[in-house]
Amino acid sequence: MITKTVLIKDTTPGSTSGTKEFFDVFTAALRESKLADEIRLVRAADIGVYNHGIVLKILPDNITYANVQHHDIKRIIGVTLKHGNPIKDLLYQPRAYQLRLVLKNCGRIDPESIDDYIAHDGYRALSAALQAGPDTVIREITASGLRGRGGGGFPTGLKWSMTRSTPGNEKYMICNADEGDPGAYMDRSVLEGDPHAVIEGMLIAGFAIGASQGYFYIRAEYPLAIERVQKAIDQAHAYGLVGERIFGSDFSMDLEIRLGAGAFVCGEETALIASIEGKRGTPSPRPPYPSVKGLWGKPTCINNVETLANVPSIIRNGSAWFSRIGTENSKGTKVFAVTGKVRNSGLIEVPMGTTLRDIVFEIGGGTASGKRFKAVQTGGPSGGVIPEHLLDTPVDYDNLQKLGSIMGSGGMIVMDEDDCMVDIAKFYLKFCVDESCGKCAPCRIGGYQMLNLLENISRGNATLEDLERLRLIAKAMQKASLCGLGQTAANPVLSTLRYFEDEYREHILNRRCPSKKCTALLQFIIDRSRCKKCGLCARSCPEKAITGDKEHGYTIDTARCINCGMCFETCKFGAVERN
Amino acid sequence: MDQAALETARTIIEKWRPKKGNLIMILHDVQDAFGYIPPDIARYLARTLHIPLARIYEVLTFYHYFKLQPPGKYKISVCMGTACYLKGSPSLLQELKNILNVEEGQTTKDGMFYLESVRCLGCCGLSPALAVNETVHGTLTKSDVIDIVSQYAKEA
Ligand SMILES: Cc1cc2nc3c(=O)[nH]c(=O)nc-3n(C[C@H](O)[C@H](O)[C@H](O)COP(=O)(O)O)c2cc1C
Ligand code: FES
Repeated sequence: MITKTVLIKDTTPGSTSGTKEFFDVFTAALRESKLADEIRLVRAADIGVYNHGIVLKILPDNITYANVQHHDIKRIIGVTLKHGNPIKDLLYQPRAYQLRLVLKNCGRIDPESIDDYIAHDGYRALSAALQAGPDTVIREITASGLRGRGGGGFPTGLKWSMTRSTPGNEKYMICNADEGDPGAYMDRSVLEGDPHAVIEGMLIAGFAIGASQGYFYIRAEYPLAIERVQKAIDQAHAYGLVGERIFGSDFSMDLEIRLGAGAFVCGEETALIASIEGKRGTPSPRPPYPSVKGLWGKPTCINNVETLANVPSIIRNGSAWFSRIGTENSKGTKVFAVTGKVRNSGLIEVPMGTTLRDIVFEIGGGTASGKRFKAVQTGGPSGGVIPEHLLDTPVDYDNLQKLGSIMGSGGMIVMDEDDCMVDIAKFYLKFCVDESCGKCAPCRIGGYQMLNLLENISRGNATLEDLERLRLIAKAMQKASLCGLGQTAANPVLSTLRYFEDEYREHILNRRCPSKKCTALLQFIIDRSRCKKCGLCARSCPEKAITGDKEHGYTIDTARCINCGMCFETCKFGAVERN
Repeated sequence: MDQAALETARTIIEKWRPKKGNLIMILHDVQDAFGYIPPDIARYLARTLHIPLARIYEVLTFYHYFKLQPPGKYKISVCMGTACYLKGSPSLLQELKNILNVEEGQTTKDGMFYLESVRCLGCCGLSPALAVNETVHGTLTKSDVIDIVSQYAKEA
């Protein structure tokens, strides 16, 4: 009878034979100990641990051993398999761990049930806040060290107290759920998984600053999030938690949803305000800051979804609890959407100060292809790339800024050696050029000019002076643009130039794209030995540059070839080569 | 403009009339009801809300989300967010252009498919992804595209 199962996986990067070899040795050892009928060995395809040599997972005990050597097998059989005791020095110790504060309810409670939320301490913080009074609430949030998760990292307590101290009896609270960074979905997950936490955060914030009306500004592309938030508001309304005299106190606040309409710049706070007012989402110069003159000219506080989702647990557990987590200047946790060429893509939440290497390799499992890691991009179109040699940097607002990137809202995109840095810079800049509202010249014209220069580089039509030109325009945009979009749009270009200038030079000087991404610099040829003479490539070629027939095979006429790469994509046999 | 359309527009306006800054929300509801913003309705909004048509047009053209042309029966949105871009969504888009014989922002002649590229569908874990109306298809390769299109073509 089978009593235990042992999963085996060799997690050494690039190793292919380790698992089988170890499996065979282990099988022999089991036979020797006469346990072959009781212990089942299974070669696992993915065991959830990476880069730790041979990893074993013993079930049902759920013991995980890492970096196991052949000479450990005897001990494992004797101590663990026979007697169920763990062996301390073999136990897998995760170097990086996740800490779920913001995501703690996501996937655990029913997001459509307010009762479920209340059963998990929901709305207790609101009740405590109402009793403590606004000044105490602001003091707690200030002491906790919470900083805005929307990108800027502005201290939340300070923002609240500025809005509170601006005179006026009509104030507004806004939750920024525009989540414009392409390749990121943290806010969406929180809104869909735990909408009441954000509502509770909104109410506490509204109480602290003295608002009686709050708006959720949500991307129209997130229909489920919109539905869940609306449902949650309605439920809270029915329970007397939103609306008139909340919890029987003097505090009244209504919440409503306003929808974004697919404009990235509307994530910027002044543009967002214009959009809620029903206008084009063009930013306005600051100061005056929204805390002084915001929605309909009234003092307004804007916070990101994740910022607000942190608020209830800070009020419940106290600022000291929160400020123990994280680094000197960045407290608490951060949710990241780790995507791109990573093995385990998904949402993670880690304490501030976790190193990028731990995020990418320990939690993310390294590159999915097993190819060489090249860079990780944080901060989306306003951020930058961080190369391998800086991966040991602990993640916090100030460190990322020093490296030429930003924390951003939490997109983290892993790139491997197939990704061309000129192409990446072009991708992000193109995004900003498309999304520029056109109001100020540095952003509108500067972005366009930089994009042209990048385009030339990727076609091999550039000179080294163009790199200086890029830097010059970037500086002008940073200094002179009206809003954060233009001020940061050059970051992806500057950071790729900073760490991968060689790659730019290779494009310019040798007209070569090392990652084989910039098709204009490639040459396509058909490898006769692999060609099966099917003719698919010839049919796919838009320029009819491929000639030949099913008998004699096919060739590409390089004079007519426009380097579109269609034949390369089409060929099922890998017979089209690009160099 | 037919009576039913007028009635729909009127209900939407009444729902939002008491709210400040309601124009964008009204446009959202109009697009939900009609699939796009019909010119007649835009003119009707201008008259009823007492705002110049130019201001409505200004808002409509600023936001990518609003459509001025009727969409196809199936709207295919190819994700061009960073995660999907890196994993090869440009080749999905190219394949769709070839199969459907349209460019981005166009509808096929038979009114069946509307093709667009979007920023991020918010399912980067499934990259590269595309959505047909609201259904997301993820972890695609170029050869999956034809299957998806023919599946919807059959359903119609
Ligand atoms: C171009 C641009 C886009 C932005 N997009 C977002 C966004 O999608 N979500 C967000 O929360 N903040 C975004 N911000 C930051 C907001 O302007 C604002 O700082 C933030 O919502 C404040 O909230 P916080 O203090 O809680 O971070 C963006 C800023 C800029 C300049
Ligand atoms: S980048 Fe495609 S779903 Fe996010």
